[in-house]
Amino acid sequence: MDYAIEAEGLVKRYGSVMALDGLDLAVPEGTVTGLLGPNGAGKTTAVRIFTTLLVADSGWARVGGLDVVADAPRLRERIGLSGQYAAVDEDLTGFENLDMVGRLYHLGRRGSRERARELLERFDLVDAADRTVKGYSGGMRRRLDLAGALVAKPELLFLDEPTTGLDLRSRMGMWEVIAELVAAGSTLLLTTQYLEEADRLADQVAVIDHGRVIASGTSDELKNQVGGERLELTLGSVGDLAMGRQSLAPLAVGEIAIDEQTRSITVPVTGGADVLADALSRLAADSIKVLDVGLRRPTLDDVFLALTGHAAEDEQPADEGKQRPGAKGERPGAKGERPGAKGERPGARGDKPDQQDAELAR
Amino acid sequence: MSTLWQALGDGMVVAKRNLIKIKRVPDLLVFSTLSPIMFVLLFAYVFGSAIKGPGVSYREFLMAGIFTQTMLFGSTITGGGLAMDIQKGIVDRFRSLPIARSAVLVGRTTSDLVNNVLVIAVMSLTGLIVGWRIRSSALEALAGFGLLLLFAYAFSWVSAVGGLMVRTPEVFNNASFIVVFPLTFVANTFVPSHNLPGPLKVVAEWNPISAVTQAARQLFGNISPAAPKPDALPLQHPVLTSFLWIAVILAVFVPLAVSRYKKAVSR
Repeated sequence: MDYAIEAEGLVKRYGSVMALDGLDLAVPEGTVTGLLGPNGAGKTTAVRIFTTLLVADSGWARVGGLDVVADAPRLRERIGLSGQYAAVDEDLTGFENLDMVGRLYHLGRRGSRERARELLERFDLVDAADRTVKGYSGGMRRRLDLAGALVAKPELLFLDEPTTGLDLRSRMGMWEVIAELVAAGSTLLLTTQYLEEADRLADQVAVIDHGRVIASGTSDELKNQVGGERLELTLGSVGDLAMGRQSLAPLAVGEIAIDEQTRSITVPVTGGADVLADALSRLAADSIKVLDVGLRRPTLDDVFLALTGHAAEDEQPADEGKQRPGAKGERPGAKGERPGAKGERPGARGDKPDQQDAELAR
Repeated sequence: MSTLWQALGDGMVVAKRNLIKIKRVPDLLVFSTLSPIMFVLLFAYVFGSAIKGPGVSYREFLMAGIFTQTMLFGSTITGGGLAMDIQKGIVDRFRSLPIARSAVLVGRTTSDLVNNVLVIAVMSLTGLIVGWRIRSSALEALAGFGLLLLFAYAFSWVSAVGGLMVRTPEVFNNASFIVVFPLTFVANTFVPSHNLPGPLKVVAEWNPISAVTQAARQLFGNISPAAPKPDALPLQHPVLTSFLWIAVILAVFVPLAVSRYKKAVSR
């Protein structure tokens, strides 16, 4: 068996909303795959299909070699799920929560207790073990929920937005815990709307939008699709922008982008720090005042923007999907150009006008 | 056979969890016993002065009716609890576990039965204080309590189907009120059904609540020999009719609840 998760053409419709629109996915064994996408992209729906909670309208999926519909009962013995909302019982203590899950995995009375204590220890919840979960912090609840998913030592773990809604410190704590799991060799499917999270934890990223995977690869591969380094400068006055573009043109390896609102110029370059010095001396020679300058590698954020025409972490209402069909039509560029994203869009920032249109369309 | 035992075992694990919740948050138990006490007192003293029971004191007539109504309210806890578990995502966790699809429902209905046992005990005491008496044998009285609880258990499955269909526990609680009130009032629970106007009388006579109430009255010995014989068939054989209703409700709503549960997903 080469793939831990395989899916082809998954479709799930809720009324007029297409939650999944032909999702294909292949997750190799022993890897961490990040399913990255904005709210309502279909990530949770996909995880629910893989974990047998939902049945797709069409398409098929196999997890650990088992069909998610036909072999569902056997599959449930081999997977662990930690959902978006910590599925722990508030009126039970941490210990009681894990003990109950152990009993339901049929570990027996003693086995369940031992496993519960072991996990409480591992997730730093020993002191809180006999307190009801009601008094736990958000981070503690998530850790307990994750512990619940690990009770039966599953071969395959699904984490659906494990850090959404956590403060920065709790998020870092979760990352550490997940990184340990990864180091121990678990196969893990992680959904997230945080690019940093995917960047940090996942070997492989599948970018999902409007219910389908629109790109996949390692995060470096995805970044390379967008382009290499770029120089970002903020000038003293708007009037200098045109002249700045002229004087930097010889350094550019692609199209230079200008943003008048922020008085910034973005130049795709190669050559690292030397180019930076070169650029500054050119601008100084033309007596153009520079307020800020930086050499940047593209972030996954840029990747996302380039691929979808909109940012990943945009705050949208959950029922935003209903407007989808229309929104698609209003952004003709976003879909059609995807396959050629690499060649046609050397600089992500070049898409600014396009992005503004998308903003307006919302 | 071993899978059946396992399903029952899983059900008991879930039931234990719900009972721990009752212990830890006793509010629900307190209010589910306080409200029938309130009903007993209100009806016994407010209506009791105006309504004449057929051959017996109104309080004696009333108790079986309040028992049945209370059991029905008690079984709505099943649906409310399930709706809450769905909302909190706990059902997602349960459904990702390798347990029988019926285990969570079996556990839920079982723990609610335990809750109802406690409620019925408190109510009986209240009844005895206001003048209700059991005038039959201990065995018959026991059968009366058993029948009430069995009916409550069957109705828990109806309530489960409701709880699995609504979006939030609040919706369920409001909706269950609208169902339980007419069901328990258009019956022989609080007033004798033979005085009701035409169509209402027919509904009351065939209402399962009436059959169960009449059966409880009969088993507790609360029907006076002087009372007019009911002319509707179900009320002439209330115990048999009650068991038939219980069997039909279980046969329809257990499979329905399980199939609903299979599709229940939070949000």
